[in-house]
Amino acid sequence: MSTFWFDGHEVPFRPGATIGAALLASGIRSWRTTRGQGRPRGVFCGIGVCFDCLATVDGRPNQRACLTPARDGMDVRSQEGTGHGEFAG
Amino acid sequence: MASSPVDVCVVGAGPAGLTAAVAAATAGRTVALVDAGARPGGQFWRHSPAGIEADRALHHDFVKYRQLETGLARFVQTGQIRLLTRHQVWTIERGARFTVRALKAGEYERTVDAAALVLAPGAYDRQVPLPGWELPGVYTAGGAQALLKEHGVLVGARVLVAGTGPFLLSVAAGLAQRGARVVGVYEANTGLGWLHHRSLRAVVRNFGKLSEGIHYAGTFARHRVWYHPRSTIVAAHGDTEVRAATVARLTRHGAVVPGSERRIEVDAIAVGWGFTPQLELPVALGTRTEVDADGSEIVLVGDWQQSSTPGVFVAGEATGVGGAALARVEGEIAGYAAAWYVNVDHESASFHPRSRRAERRLSWLRKRRLTLRAFAAAMHRAHPVPPSWLDQLQPDTLVCRCEEVSVERLRTAADDLGVTDARLAKLLTRTGMGWCQGRVCGYATACLVARFAGTGYDPRGLTERPLAVPVPLGVLAHGAAPAVPADESWRGE
Repeated sequence: MSTFWFDGHEVPFRPGATIGAALLASGIRSWRTTRGQGRPRGVFCGIGVCFDCLATVDGRPNQRACLTPARDGMDVRSQEGTGHGEFAG
Repeated sequence: MASSPVDVCVVGAGPAGLTAAVAAATAGRTVALVDAGARPGGQFWRHSPAGIEADRALHHDFVKYRQLETGLARFVQTGQIRLLTRHQVWTIERGARFTVRALKAGEYERTVDAAALVLAPGAYDRQVPLPGWELPGVYTAGGAQALLKEHGVLVGARVLVAGTGPFLLSVAAGLAQRGARVVGVYEANTGLGWLHHRSLRAVVRNFGKLSEGIHYAGTFARHRVWYHPRSTIVAAHGDTEVRAATVARLTRHGAVVPGSERRIEVDAIAVGWGFTPQLELPVALGTRTEVDADGSEIVLVGDWQQSSTPGVFVAGEATGVGGAALARVEGEIAGYAAAWYVNVDHESASFHPRSRRAERRLSWLRKRRLTLRAFAAAMHRAHPVPPSWLDQLQPDTLVCRCEEVSVERLRTAADDLGVTDARLAKLLTRTGMGWCQGRVCGYATACLVARFAGTGYDPRGLTERPLAVPVPLGVLAHGAAPAVPADESWRGE
């Protein structure tokens, strides 16, 4: 089965799966903390409307996990706040 | 990257858009069908790469989907329909013709040049805030359904389904069939709303819809799912994810019955309060809108699904939430009308079907539309959002999930800053200003502002979004995104 990396762990996925679906299937339910209160978030609407499920994918922050197709070897990371933390001084 | 011009561009490949595209192609026009999803079908017929057959039990009217899919495949093969999946339209420019600009996978751009448009953008779950609704493990009913239909993923092992409307039945039945323990369906209204004297005729004429209800009753009995009418969810509990829900009974007027609250252990909640039409594209094109019986802003259309903007036809939920059968009828009318529009002198002509056969078909479609519209109106009367949610809010309950704006901040804005409408609320509190642009909190913000400021409810003011989806800065800066790689198939995947 194909896998991608999530915060350094291997996550398996079925062909056609999105990152969000694969994470949920592996029992991972949140991968983002909010900018204001640092609260955990994961999938809410599941169809690309709410932007709650944002993750950093192959270095690009703020990708909707519920829409982004999983690809073998992809590097997915949980995201804090704006997702631009690594660019801050 | 621009592509060769087409007669009609259809945006959205759900029941309305698919039907419109096939109708316009049948009438001899070239069509581009653009959709954000990986496969046609929209939310209603969302399915896995294995095909819709694999999950037949989860789908309604799937035979209709197969017919449309067959028609679509035939036209795609001849090149008369160009199918663009995974393309999200972010804006449409209007000149003598229309330029539809879509982002493929959020990265690069494809434009479609068309003489007429059919917009069938569909809808998403309407939400109202409740304490704890931002916890991971709380999903929209449609989200839980989408994960199941497209990916076979169950959102939890013990799932509570709550809100209002017949859609909850479909979600609960799907979850139960696939092995989740559905701890209850909490429907805020009763079935009795359908017996309203203004609704009876419509209900009797749509007898087929009643059989769906009977089908669900059978599924619920088999899986021991309890249906609780006139009951609601009042809060979700948990620290970093949802662990429990509080439910309560409602009075006839939609207020919580004191002392009826009960706590239930769950690991997931699926909640929905009807649907909100996706209006950014029609609104950006200047179409006139109104507020429908269910409180949603909708596009005003005429007999032929034409909007107030010439050349823009709108079909499906965007003209009033009414379900897939109505969407197909509207889509077919819009497809024919758009096909006709392409070849006429727009100043003088009025719509005339080309043949006797087309005339008979259109006359039937228009009658069917009336019947289904009446059924939709009955549904809206039977399933209003009860006022209980307003009373259950805590000062720190989030209204806007993106910008983390609490009920208290909205109240203060009304009390101290004189906020009287949703647009001002947005400017002064940032509610609706985050990533989702008010799609999730728009309805609730309009309700809360009306309550706090003592003004009338008006959902408009949060639906105007110049860009329908977030666009990389490079696209805006250069007027065009990096070109589509040469090996990209023009006909979808």
